Amino acid sequence: MSELGDLYQEVILDHNKRPRNFRALPGADHRAVGHNPLCGDRMTIYLKLDGDVVTEVTFEGSGCAISKASASMMTESIKGKTRAQVEALFKKFHGLVTGEPPASGADLGKLVVFSGVSEFPVRVKCATLAWHTLRAALEERTEAVSTE
Amino acid sequence: MRTAGERSAGGQIAGAATRASASGGRAFDPLAVREDFPILRQKVYGKPLVYLDNAATTHKPRVVIEAIERFYENDNSNIHRGLHALSERATAAFEAARDTVRRTLNAADLREIVFTRGTTEAINLVAQSFARPRLRPGDEIVISTLEHHSNIVPWQMVCEATGARLRVIPIGEAGELDMKAYEALLGPRTRLVAIVHVSNALGTINPVERVIEAAHARGIPVLLDGAQAVAHMKVDVRALDCDFYAFSGHKVYGPTGIGVLYGKVEHLEAMPPYQGGGDMIASVTFEKTTWNRLPYKFEAGTPHIAGGIGLAAALDYLDRLGLEGRAAHEQDLLVRATAALRAIPRVRIIGTAPAKASVLSFVIDGIHPHDIGTILDRDGIAIRAGHHCTQPLMDRFGVPATARASFALYNTRDEVDALAKGVARVIEVFS
Ligand SMILES: Cc1ncc(COP(=O)(O)O)c(C=O)c1O
Repeated sequence: MSELGDLYQEVILDHNKRPRNFRALPGADHRAVGHNPLCGDRMTIYLKLDGDVVTEVTFEGSGCAISKASASMMTESIKGKTRAQVEALFKKFHGLVTGEPPASGADLGKLVVFSGVSEFPVRVKCATLAWHTLRAALEERTEAVSTE
Repeated sequence: MRTAGERSAGGQIAGAATRASASGGRAFDPLAVREDFPILRQKVYGKPLVYLDNAATTHKPRVVIEAIERFYENDNSNIHRGLHALSERATAAFEAARDTVRRTLNAADLREIVFTRGTTEAINLVAQSFARPRLRPGDEIVISTLEHHSNIVPWQMVCEATGARLRVIPIGEAGELDMKAYEALLGPRTRLVAIVHVSNALGTINPVERVIEAAHARGIPVLLDGAQAVAHMKVDVRALDCDFYAFSGHKVYGPTGIGVLYGKVEHLEAMPPYQGGGDMIASVTFEKTTWNRLPYKFEAGTPHIAGGIGLAAALDYLDRLGLEGRAAHEQDLLVRATAALRAIPRVRIIGTAPAKASVLSFVIDGIHPHDIGTILDRDGIAIRAGHHCTQPLMDRFGVPATARASFALYNTRDEVDALAKGVARVIEVFS
């Protein structure tokens, strides 16, 4: 139960229930669709950039609690960051959910609530779907990305 | 002729199957049956394993594991080619296994039993060797909304190659075939009907007798995907009069990597080989090669010999247990589980056809099936969460996925109760 408690932390359950920035973004200048073929989940990330800085980010789609909460919290934590900062944050987040030793650099902030994911290897893809989709959007790839 | 494999299998069996037959058909006892399945003894995360993912694959009774082990320890050899003692024994055991499959399906002729890697390969074989050469642009193949991807994609591939069209029978809210729509779909361009016998995602048992009758009335052949049927019911290909029947060993308590295509001999005779190689030829010269006789024409290369022998051991095991008792037991589990989950608010059961095998798909309002699966898993309860390789069916019900509990003969009422308790706890975690 404690491992389950680590996975489904209050903050995660809250973001699952009331996802932030959960809508389409009219006038977005970057967009990408992410797909987890394992579960059929789909997610769209919308971005507005001012030069190198993410000024707005929203998402839409269906998914499990982990993927939805991850997307929701990601949108909150990358707003105002530069591409390089987003990339650094992704690397750190990826290390966190896969249980790799913490890398120095970016500060995960609230995202540390996803540390429990490392005890559930099959759920890593749920936690990273939003991030992979975000990277695709930043690279202006318009085709669907896949976790496979 | 009794083979080495058969003899040792027959001589060393202990377990529920023999106890049941020794007692002359005493009531089915799932607890005794469990003793035959070594894997069920384990704990996961400190909890007793409650395995409810039997539609994905079933566990293997000791007699199956031992039959495979005995083959590799005593008889291992290639078949149909050696002149030595081991090869003769291996060949005899493999051909005896074919006969066990024939008896199970009540096929008339050994030539009609082709060993494949599984249901998927069996369907692909029919798609490529039967359908493809006959299809012309504008011809039609009829499947249903209930199909597993392995009874969709092979037909899409031949349609793509030939210009034929796929037509799909709709289903009703309960997950039952729309038979009126089906009959309306059958037309002058219909070349084949390919349909699932029992749905892996919903458990629906299709009225395949009527499906076949309607197709045959118009001279259209029918393939049945029996992957989920053979474990739960008597399948009699002669009574059904189906043209092709496919199933997988691993879903009937046998090994993975082995399956069966039954085909009427007149179809199989007329079809070109599926793959080329050793065993499937009569003679080879660089100028001309002639095909081997049936069923070997469709069994290129060294087959999964141990798999065939293990499959036969599984079918024999089921035969000794008898169908009536285990079928009634599985239905009892289904009824109990359906009632228990129905009683939980926010749970919705998907697939409520009157005739169902022991498969229970459900969703919980506001909770994704993956989260249900993860939480149950930590309780030791193994279910499947996902689209079950039936994405068009999920789309039909407007869900990305479902949670699915599927029951086998070794499951118990206590396990059903554990599932219901687990589901209630999932809701608690998310409340
Ligand atoms: C209804 C149905 N058809 C086909 C298949 C494919 O079987 P296999 O993967 O053993 O080839 C399955 C297995 O999941 C199934 O449930």
